[in-house]
Amino acid sequence: MIDLIVFLTLLALGYIFGRIAETRHFKSIQQREAELADVLAFSERLPPPSDEPRRIALVGGNVVISVDYFKVIAAGLRSIFGGRVRAFESLTERARREALLRMKQEARNLGAQMVVNVKLETASISKGNKGQVGAVEVYAYGTALIASPP
Amino acid sequence: MEFIARTIKQSPRMCHVLVSNIEIIPGKRIAKHLGLVQGNTVRTKHVGRDLMAGLKNIFGGELKGYTELLNDAREEAIQRMTQQAEAMGANAVINVRFSTSSVAAGAAELFAYGTAVILE
Repeated sequence: MIDLIVFLTLLALGYIFGRIAETRHFKSIQQREAELADVLAFSERLPPPSDEPRRIALVGGNVVISVDYFKVIAAGLRSIFGGRVRAFESLTERARREALLRMKQEARNLGAQMVVNVKLETASISKGNKGQVGAVEVYAYGTALIASPP
Repeated sequence: MEFIARTIKQSPRMCHVLVSNIEIIPGKRIAKHLGLVQGNTVRTKHVGRDLMAGLKNIFGGELKGYTELLNDAREEAIQRMTQQAEAMGANAVINVRFSTSSVAAGAAELFAYGTAVILE
């Protein structure tokens, strides 16, 4: 009985706080994406040819986002029937967008207008082992081009 | 946000070895290729952070401690790579790639590699 109460409390806490955190995070991501819209990011391998002198710098941004209890249970139930796990889709989307934003912020701080050859790397922390922390890390990196006299 | 600002400020990338993940340096000619250089570091979390992360697993959200840990580790991998390049007499490292692997439970290896070159 007590186990059930603990379980339901955790589930409710996870759902409520997870929802709040996610909504807030998405709102902040959208706001910052609008702010950083003029820093362009390309997955093109080479920068567009130009005669202007440019400096380069490696820029990157990473983020580790944790699952919440509700998402874990929801995904566990999903794995019985199979199909899309929406709970984790939003998690990785948040992580990717946040990592890209941090990369763009670093590029902006260096005075860059564009980042080329952007790569995204995803790593799972703990790989879903029981009793361990479940989280996903995303690292975005690329080469920033800074217009400046040599 | 202050955390992000701090990690950006700590970034040692503005040293004199140029690092880039594309295969050219705009406006410069590559005089000589010196071969592969690499840098790695294996890090593990500490108990206090893991405890907090365990709590965060109920509520969700960003694990700032881990973000910081991995960021520092990557910086160190880059630093070791550029040191190796410097020792070879290179002044740039191009085509840099990152890779992450988990060595054991709770430990992660961060690895950076690229081609050391001499620019004219």
